[in-house]
Amino acid sequence: MRPVLFVLSFLSLIALGFWAYRENYATQAALREVRGLQRQIADLRESLSVQRAEWAYLNRPDRLRELVDLNFDALGLLPMDPTQFGAAAQVSYPVPEVPAIKGPIDVQGELGAVADTAAASAEAAAAAAEEGL
Amino acid sequence: MRAPLRPLASILRARERGEDPNLIEAENLRLRHEALHEKTQRRAARRLGLMALAFSCAYLTIGVRMGHLAASEPVEPVASAAGAEIMAQRADITDRNGRILATNMTTHALYAHPRDMVDPKGTAKKLQEIFPELDAAALERRFTDGRAFVWVRKVLSPEQMQKVHEIGDPGLLFGPREMRLYPNGSLAAHVLGGYAFGAEGVHSAEVIGTAGIEKAMDARLRDPAEAGAPLTLSLDLSVQATVEEVLGAGITMMNAKGGAVILMDVRTGEILALASAPTFDPNDRPVPLVGKNDEPSDSPLFNRAVQGVYELGSTFKIFAAAQAMELGLVGPTTMVDANAPMIWGKHRIKEFENHNYGPLLSVSDVIAKSSNVGVAHIALMIGPLRQQAFLKSLGFFEPTPLELIEAPGAKPLIPKKWPEIVTITTSYGHGMSASPMHLAAAYAAIANGGIYVKPTLLKQDGPAKGHRVLSEQVAAEARKMLRRVVTDGTASYGEVPGYEVAGKTGTADKPKRSGGYYHDKVINTFASMYPASNPKYVLIVTLDEPVNTMGPVPRRTAGWTAVPVAAEIIRRTSPLLGLRPQVAQATGVELTAASN
Repeated sequence: MRPVLFVLSFLSLIALGFWAYRENYATQAALREVRGLQRQIADLRESLSVQRAEWAYLNRPDRLRELVDLNFDALGLLPMDPTQFGAAAQVSYPVPEVPAIKGPIDVQGELGAVADTAAASAEAAAAAAEEGL
Repeated sequence: MRAPLRPLASILRARERGEDPNLIEAENLRLRHEALHEKTQRRAARRLGLMALAFSCAYLTIGVRMGHLAASEPVEPVASAAGAEIMAQRADITDRNGRILATNMTTHALYAHPRDMVDPKGTAKKLQEIFPELDAAALERRFTDGRAFVWVRKVLSPEQMQKVHEIGDPGLLFGPREMRLYPNGSLAAHVLGGYAFGAEGVHSAEVIGTAGIEKAMDARLRDPAEAGAPLTLSLDLSVQATVEEVLGAGITMMNAKGGAVILMDVRTGEILALASAPTFDPNDRPVPLVGKNDEPSDSPLFNRAVQGVYELGSTFKIFAAAQAMELGLVGPTTMVDANAPMIWGKHRIKEFENHNYGPLLSVSDVIAKSSNVGVAHIALMIGPLRQQAFLKSLGFFEPTPLELIEAPGAKPLIPKKWPEIVTITTSYGHGMSASPMHLAAAYAAIANGGIYVKPTLLKQDGPAKGHRVLSEQVAAEARKMLRRVVTDGTASYGEVPGYEVAGKTGTADKPKRSGGYYHDKVINTFASMYPASNPKYVLIVTLDEPVNTMGPVPRRTAGWTAVPVAAEIIRRTSPLLGLRPQVAQATGVELTAASN
């Protein structure tokens, strides 16, 4: 029994040694990768900050004002003015499209049915438009 | 195999010879004990040896590890590093909407190892061709006098770096540098201040603030824990740009030497725009004036809005009127003595251009017409002690708490003694001097329903807490008076349709360095708030030595110089701030289009 135990423990020792060896190299490879990634992140951060600075530089009010003046013909931009505030009621809504009435429209029925007239006339107009087509 | 103690053969043999067989047994027993003893001893020795080996192995391991730790360079555990050390060393500064006002940029510094140089003379000459401001002869001397290290330039542009590369001398070396960049140029220069390099090394250099908020908030900006979070100011970039544009145009039109504008949110105390002209580029900060006879305000570095301590003139009158109303001494319609000139001891108090608005004037008219005599009588009712206490509560006795390094240095000039003549002169803004920033904070208290809030350059989350200096009704009455100054008083050019501008003009003669006052050099101030019924912003416009030459005679009163500039600023910035003009409601039936 004992020799079997000895052999087994020796084998497991070898296995563990092999595992530790592999883990060691895997860790070192991972660390190398992390270092590379960090360097890459640093480079990207740096270029990001340069691009941010450049964006801010290109969008500086002085330059935009100059560009607006230079391109006045195309853009026609002027400084904002208090009169440019508006109310929602001032917004012009698109005019609802009414189909062209080409033929005569027959209206039948009682004159008292005013409520239906609007709907009826719209239908009639639609029918007339279809006829016209 | 155990040997028997009494082997039969030996016993029999002993019996034959007539010997005692017990002796044999004793002898065998002795031998057996001896063997046993020897075996035990050997085992003990082996175990001891093993123990000693184990201990010495353990101690050896510890010893080797300790020696290794002592001898090796300390290294941070890499696997746990998150890459935070790569972040910028100084935090960015942004406006209230996150637009960048100051950021960092990586660049390079140029240094030289003259001992490694192949051709010091030629290199010096070529360097001068790239950097015209360098002196080739001096550079050559430094390259050849035997020193091992020479700084050539602190910051290089990529093009310049390429040109230096092309010289190709092995003695020229580059060190990485992080420099501060103000992408908007001179915009908000007086707030931002400037930067310089502190301790310099080959691999990096410290960036330190030298003025403005860069210096005042230096610790916050350099704090590594907050390097990723930008410092958000209360300034609004577009408003600031507009204000600077209008101020610059106003200075040109009014032939002024300089000017300052402060736009402040009355609820939060946030400064939305702070401009001082002439200005400078913080990327290339000019050298401060150091001469004995130099007027500090001649330097573009001088921040007129914060450092400019001036007599603010008639803008102070509203404080006397408001305090008298707060104390219940007068009401807006109370008639006060305004018979000019007023004789007080050996002093004569006159009105502008020797007018006489008297004999009696209502308090409201005293403000609207800007009567020195009327406000002097009001101030005398209040008395020196109460006047001082009130001005103190409005912050006029201390430097402003603004986050600029220049702010604590700008102490108001307060007369040491406060006799009644000082009470009189202070009531119309002479005799004591304060900065436009003081005035902005005090006017904001009137605008904010009587609550004084500290002005700040940092973005706030909500309305600031402050202390009450006036009751709400008195503040509202004071605003009505200020509104009258614009509708039918000295500031008629300040009317901007829809914005109900309320304000007070102030014109003060400039003091001579030798004592006394100039008669043709004035400081014009217009302190305003709008919309008067529910003020949101306070605007202070100060012009230094303006003169309006558009009319037949040169005019030097604020109503002709600072007020039109302020009106233009209000007209231009209010849409940017999203402040709608109050338009008179059209009467009659209004139709609303609705779509279904």
